[in-house]
Amino acid sequence: MPDAHALVNDFVIKLRKRKIEGSKATAKQTAELLRSVISQQRIPHINQSGALIDAVKGVGEQLIAANPVELAVGNIVRRVLHIIREEDLSLATAAIGGLGLDAGSDDDNDVDGDEHPVLSAAAVAAAARSALRPPSLQTLLEDLPNSAAVPHASSSGGDSDGKSKSADKTSRSWKLKHNVIEAVNELIQDISTCHEQIAEQAVEHIHQNEVILTLGNSRTVIEFLCAAKEKKRSFRVFVAEGAPRYQGHVLAKELVSRGLQTTVITDSAVFAMISRVNMVIVGAHAVMANGGVIAPVGLNMVALAAKRHAVPFVVLAGIHKLCPLYPHNPEVLLNELRSPSDLLDFGEFSDCMDFGSGAGSTLLHVVNPAFDYVPPKLVNLFITDTGGHNPSYMYRLIADYYSADDLVLQRKPASRN
Amino acid sequence: MVQKKGATRVSEDAEEELARVPLQAILLADSFAQKFRPITLERPKVLLPLVNIPMIDYTLAWLESAGVEEVFVFCCAHSRQVTDYLTNSKWFSQPNFSIKTIESHNCVSAGDALRLIYEQHVIHGDFVLISGDTLSNMSLTQVLEEHKERRKKDSNAVMTMVIKKSKPSPLTHQSRLGTDELFMAIDPDTNQLLYYEDKADHLKGTISLDNLLLADKSSVSLHNDKQDCYIDICSPEVLSLFTDNFDYQHLRRHFVKGLLVDDIMGYKIFTHEIYSSYAARIDNFRSYDTISKDIIQRWTYPFVPDVQFIGNSSTKLERLGMYRAPGIEQSRSAQIGPFTVVGNGSTIGNNTKISNSVVGEGCNIGSKVSIEGCYIWHNVTIEDGCTLKHAIVCDGVIIKSGAVLEPGVVLSFKVVIGQQFVVPSYSKVSLLQQPTKQDSDEELEYADDSSAVVEIPSFNITSDKLSGELTSELSEPQRRAVSEVGSGGVGYMWSVGEGDYEEELRHSVAPIPADKLAEVIQAAIDDMEMSAQDGNLLPPSGELQADSNSIYSEDNIDDIRDDYIYFEKEVEATFLRAVHENIKEDHVILEVNSLRLSYNKTSVDCAGALFYSMMKLAIETPHSSAGDLINNATNVIGTWKKLLKYYLPSLDEEIEVILKFEEMCLESAREFSSIFVQVLHLLYDEEILQEDAILNWASEKEGAEEADKVFLKQSKGFIQWLIEAPEED
Repeated sequence: MPDAHALVNDFVIKLRKRKIEGSKATAKQTAELLRSVISQQRIPHINQSGALIDAVKGVGEQLIAANPVELAVGNIVRRVLHIIREEDLSLATAAIGGLGLDAGSDDDNDVDGDEHPVLSAAAVAAAARSALRPPSLQTLLEDLPNSAAVPHASSSGGDSDGKSKSADKTSRSWKLKHNVIEAVNELIQDISTCHEQIAEQAVEHIHQNEVILTLGNSRTVIEFLCAAKEKKRSFRVFVAEGAPRYQGHVLAKELVSRGLQTTVITDSAVFAMISRVNMVIVGAHAVMANGGVIAPVGLNMVALAAKRHAVPFVVLAGIHKLCPLYPHNPEVLLNELRSPSDLLDFGEFSDCMDFGSGAGSTLLHVVNPAFDYVPPKLVNLFITDTGGHNPSYMYRLIADYYSADDLVLQRKPASRN
Repeated sequence: MVQKKGATRVSEDAEEELARVPLQAILLADSFAQKFRPITLERPKVLLPLVNIPMIDYTLAWLESAGVEEVFVFCCAHSRQVTDYLTNSKWFSQPNFSIKTIESHNCVSAGDALRLIYEQHVIHGDFVLISGDTLSNMSLTQVLEEHKERRKKDSNAVMTMVIKKSKPSPLTHQSRLGTDELFMAIDPDTNQLLYYEDKADHLKGTISLDNLLLADKSSVSLHNDKQDCYIDICSPEVLSLFTDNFDYQHLRRHFVKGLLVDDIMGYKIFTHEIYSSYAARIDNFRSYDTISKDIIQRWTYPFVPDVQFIGNSSTKLERLGMYRAPGIEQSRSAQIGPFTVVGNGSTIGNNTKISNSVVGEGCNIGSKVSIEGCYIWHNVTIEDGCTLKHAIVCDGVIIKSGAVLEPGVVLSFKVVIGQQFVVPSYSKVSLLQQPTKQDSDEELEYADDSSAVVEIPSFNITSDKLSGELTSELSEPQRRAVSEVGSGGVGYMWSVGEGDYEEELRHSVAPIPADKLAEVIQAAIDDMEMSAQDGNLLPPSGELQADSNSIYSEDNIDDIRDDYIYFEKEVEATFLRAVHENIKEDHVILEVNSLRLSYNKTSVDCAGALFYSMMKLAIETPHSSAGDLINNATNVIGTWKKLLKYYLPSLDEEIEVILKFEEMCLESAREFSSIFVQVLHLLYDEEILQEDAILNWASEKEGAEEADKVFLKQSKGFIQWLIEAPEED
């Protein structure tokens, strides 16, 4: 276990020092780290899923505390927790289902059956359904009375694990771990292919001779635009340079090298240019549960301009960027203020910051936020690896990918303090 | 040939080694200075909290993030505290980052420390030399590459200094870090450092550069807006250089200046300027204040309070630069102003106002307290109704109700300030008594330190004893101290010497008050006028000097004149020795030449000085009348004609001799004034002066003021004769 421990420490340090850039890299590394944590976690005979959940939660807390602004970490931790719960549930329902089909074939299953006589076949079916595939609105409406039983089923699954002791159970525990790791591998696969998944939809959105405006540098946006280009769509791209980090310059370079007609404009020219633009396509740092977007600084202004001119504002976001939290005061609490040296030359302004004379406090303040919060009403469409969605649909996606039990991960330290 | 082969192999080996060796750093956990007294009597400077995190953590965090793999922490004063801190910190468990501590108790300077490290043979390649009070977020990649590149081309490039632009205040002539204005001459093409002066006398408004600097460089840029970051990339030779020159103590004052002056070994120092990243060293209370504010303003990103770069508690950044740790109890009516940091577990009472300050962990601040621009460390208790302005309050201090700290106050550990007591500006209060002032102001810094090192252990003992007694009953010395800091107070007030007051003002945490600033400005203006007047009163020799070295500004003639006086004295002594000991002229010439080189003078100066010494000899030889004096002069000049003639290769020198003589007649040797013409004639006759020289002098003087024309008038007849003479010939 020290191995996993060292890995976690290493990753925590990297996160603290802001050494990992980009939510995709962070998400992928988090998932890989959690995979190794799970694979090295010793599984007790009783309450297997509980042990895994505790282990992942413990690591997750550390990771989230290391960089609270990087929401992708928390998203992945919650996704993995959800995977564990799901797999556990599916195993449990499979066992119960087996019991229902030929009771008494397994001596231990008798215990399970005796323990939960109240569990109706319908509830099991509902649990199995909800566990194995994402619940849709229809299932929820259909099985309204049963939906309450779903969490109950999951907990009873845990309880049943607690009572089980046989050799079959060890094979089941191995199976649980195996399944979870498989699922996490799938998640890692999903994260690494999210660009392609999103880019596949490009032709549906970009049409001939359109003008696309974007801001900042996003790998997803590059792939998206280039995918449309590869499908012989000819269009033009306006790139707002994205002061003060000028990531737009990097983006423009990349686009030109891929043969796209590109125009670089200053951030302040966005409003002037927006009337000629057919669509705004941007990347995001994170997508919140309410459909709001945490995005590179300057995008709120672009979104407002787009709204004013009724230009569609499209946000590309891999599903790992989907955060199940509702933002509170996101401009401050989910923001990262970087060094003022991006904006000002320290040497030139050093005389403005001489505390040796005057009031002893500087009259010059420099604020350099990394992110903007774009409220959901300004976003027209999200394109994720699962397709296009409305901002108002985000909460449904979240219900698919995360379980409600995991939303608050930092509950423990909060209660301790 | 064989030798050469060997040499190249060695250099190849060295190069391979450069590539292989992991990047090392030497961190001096001792500043070898006393600027932070009295606090540093009880705790080493590197462990003092800077925005609630010990300074050394910033340095180590930076080294770690910059890719340094091995750090040697050199501890001297309070070495136990430093090693204990490091052992209990997270630094030892970091991957790819090893820390080794080197302890010593008898080092008094950075030089000693480096010599000791050299003896241990632990440094194998290029290393980063930094002190534990330096803070940076720069990337080392580029500067290391540049350094290595230069080393390949020139093995004498032993050091690369990191500098950053930062304008000094034009009024106080100090940088924003409270250090003196720094002058550097840098070759703009190669970034080689040519000149380094941090103790320039700004009152004089001049610095003097060696004009040889200009001889072989196409351009030299002179900066006063650069700040020395005290981050050096050094080659291993630096350590051996320190060992070879055992008198190198101070890194800058001795080592850097020593290398710059020494042209025999040809070692070179280069500079690397950083633009977007931050680097600064905490040298005094002023820079402590400035750098704290820079941290709060996030110039040091990612080393800012809300990033947990080293196990510090999580702090949230709110609007307007407010950093608040989670576990704070704050009254609703308390106003915590902009750019303030409040540490974990502190409580703040009703109607308290805090702005531009740092409050540490576990502090207890009562109600109706006003805190502005203060640095309050951990576990401090401030009772109701106190007023604090621009003060540093160390751990465990208790300030009783109604007390007032005026700007610039420093309260050392566990001091208690009595009720309603007003601590006057710039005072320092400590539980330890001020050491007796045997090390007065004029001594060298390292000399100061030697006394410091001796004193510290004994003080430690007393401090432990004191803190032990604090809880029980007041001991005798403390009862005596009670009156010093109010009723119920504990601590000694440290006195500030009259001369040090100005220094205090410049280096304290408080901004220089407006009236003082006005005084400083007025003084500067007065000085400027003074030096301007000086300029008018300059002797002619000085004027010539200034003309010949046009790079000097008018103002620094003063300095040259001082220099010239010394030179003149030396020449005179040499000449007198020659007279008394019958030394040959050739030998005198040799000696005077060596003097000329060492004082960096021209032959014009030599001629002037020699002539001056001759005339002085003449006047000092006993004589009764003006006639005798002429005879004396004739004798002396006759005997030493050859010597004088040697230094008079051209008209300029001859004119100088006349001007010199004129000056003598006016000032030191008035007796000559009556026989000015005779001596002039004598010199002409002896063929020391040519006719043209005298005529040139005359025409030069024509435009001078009336007072200066006395001798011109005297010698009118002679000049007339000179003009007519050739016709007669």
